[in-house]
Amino acid sequence: MADLTRRGLLAGGVVAGVAALTPAASARAGETVVPFHGPRQAGVATEPQAHAVFVAFDLRRDTDRDALARMMRLLTDDARRLTQGRPALADTEPELATPAARLTVTFGFGPGLYAHANLTSPIEPLPKFSVDKLEKRWSGGDLLVQICADDPLTVSHALRMIVKDARSFATVRWTQRGFRRAAGTQPGGQTQRNVMGQMDGTANPKPGTPDFDLAVWRPDDTTQLVVRRIRAELETWDAADVVAKEFTIGRRLSTGAPLTGTREQDPPDFAAKGAHGFPVISEYAHIRRAHVGDPRLRILRRPYNYDEDVTARGHADSGLIFASYQADIERQFVPIQRQLAEADLLNEWITPIGSAVFVIPPGCDEKGWIGQEVLS
Amino acid sequence: MSSRIASSLLALATAAALVSCGSSGTPTAAAPVASAPAETTPAAPAAAALSITDPWVKTAKEGMTAAFGTLVNNSGADITVVSGTSPLSPMIELHEVVDKDGKMVMRPKQGGFVVPAGGSHELAPGGDHIMIMDAEQAVEPGAEIPFTLTLADGGTFEFTAIGKDFAGAKEDYQPGSHNG
Repeated sequence: MADLTRRGLLAGGVVAGVAALTPAASARAGETVVPFHGPRQAGVATEPQAHAVFVAFDLRRDTDRDALARMMRLLTDDARRLTQGRPALADTEPELATPAARLTVTFGFGPGLYAHANLTSPIEPLPKFSVDKLEKRWSGGDLLVQICADDPLTVSHALRMIVKDARSFATVRWTQRGFRRAAGTQPGGQTQRNVMGQMDGTANPKPGTPDFDLAVWRPDDTTQLVVRRIRAELETWDAADVVAKEFTIGRRLSTGAPLTGTREQDPPDFAAKGAHGFPVISEYAHIRRAHVGDPRLRILRRPYNYDEDVTARGHADSGLIFASYQADIERQFVPIQRQLAEADLLNEWITPIGSAVFVIPPGCDEKGWIGQEVLS
Repeated sequence: MSSRIASSLLALATAAALVSCGSSGTPTAAAPVASAPAETTPAAPAAAALSITDPWVKTAKEGMTAAFGTLVNNSGADITVVSGTSPLSPMIELHEVVDKDGKMVMRPKQGGFVVPAGGSHELAPGGDHIMIMDAEQAVEPGAEIPFTLTLADGGTFEFTAIGKDFAGAKEDYQPGSHNG
C-alpha cells in the first residue's frame, strides 16, 4: 500500500519534470501542483524547482515539546494549503496563493530541536574539515524550512506565511536564497551548471530508481540533509585557463563529459593513463575525490546557486547552496567530504562558509502533521 | 491643510489608545486550552445542517480577541446563530463592524448571524466575528479553542478553532451601542 503510494508520488515527479520540457508546457508548469501528502516529504525527490529559499530558525527558550507540536501543526497547515495553490489560513495576501508553480515546503529538524523536546538527536553537526571557514551567520539551526517553486513570488509568499507562524516559537537564524535555470529554459532532468560554469550533479542517483532509494531514504521514510554554503572564488577562478579548470574537475567544461569520455553520462575511466603515464583524470581531480561506487554511499545533490551584491570593487559574492540529501550523514556525506577536504584541486577555488544538518521527518496524510512521530 | 493633518494624527492616536478588538499575541509557556482535533460536532436538528470551515482565533495574551471562519448551512432553511460560549471567557458576543461617522467600529450584531439556506456566512477580520470580551487565559498560536454556538431553535453547534497570530482585527469597540 505504502509502496504503491510512493511509486505514485515518484511517477508524479517524473511527469512534472517532463512537463517542463517545452516553452509551451512551461506556461502550464506554473499551474502544476506537487502533492503534499504522502509517506515522504516532497522537495527531496522532486525535480528541483527554479527558485528556493532555505530558512533556519533558533527555537525560543520556552519552546518546549508541546509548543513544538503546536508550531508544526500550524506550519504543516500552511504548507498543505499553499503547495496546493490555496491561501494559508488567515492569509493576508490570498491572491498570491496561485500559481502554485510546483511549490514544495520541506521541514527539517536540527539537533537543537530534539534537545528542546527532551529527545536524543539522531544527527550531530558535521566534524570540522580543514577547508572550512564557517561563519555563524550561515551555520546551524534548530528548524529548517526549504521552500522551492518555479516562481519567485510564490516562494516569497510561502516564506512570509511560514515565518509569520514560526516567529512566536523561534527566531530566524539565517536565510539563504538560491536559484537554478528558469523553468522551461532547459529540459527537466538535465544537469544544470553552477556559477563557475561546471555541470553540477551529473552523478546524482535518478529519482524512481532503487539506487536513489538506497542513497536517500531510510526505512522509516526519513532522510537527512546537509546544507553547506560554498563560496566560489570567482576572481581567482577567472585566472585559471580552460585546461586547468578541466584538469581540476576531471570533466570537459563544454559538454560535462569526463576527460576519458565524450558524453556527459559516460562513466569516468579512473584507470586510464595519458601519454606520459599519468592518470588522465588526476588523483586530485574533483570527480575522482567525490566518486563513490556503492549506491548506499552516494548522496543526492540538490544545489541552488547564490549571487549576492557585487562589492564596490566589482568582486562577486557568488557560490552554491549545497543541499545534500542522504539516508545517513555519517555513513555517506562525511567520508566524501573528508576525501574532498584532504586533496581536491577544486578547494583552491571554493570555500565552505556555512554548514548545517537536519533530519527530514516523514511526510503526513490529510489529518496528520510533519513531526507527529517525533513530537506527539 | 496642516490642521487637517493634525486632526488626522489626533484621530490615529486616539484610535491607538482605545481598547482594541483583539491584541497582538506572543506566546507563553501555557498549555493549549484543549487538545481535541479541530472538527465540527453537530448536536441538534438545525445544528446538524451547520458546519464551519477554517475556524481560527486571533492569539492574545489575555483580554479581547475574536474568532473567525465560514459558517455553512447545508439545509433548506435559514439558520440563525444567536449566541456563543467558550471556556476561554465568560463573555462572548456576536459582533459586526460598521461605519460610524466615517470610522469603522465593531458592535454586537442585532439578531445574531443569519446563515442563509444552502449558503454561507463569513466571519472575517473587518466583518462579522465572534468576540471574546475577556479571555481568562492566553490564546497560544496553534492552541485548539472549543466554542459552542446557540441557534434560534435552541440547538447548539460545537467547533474547535485554532489559535493564529494575526496583525489585523483591531477595530475599535463601541460598547452598548446596540441596546439604545
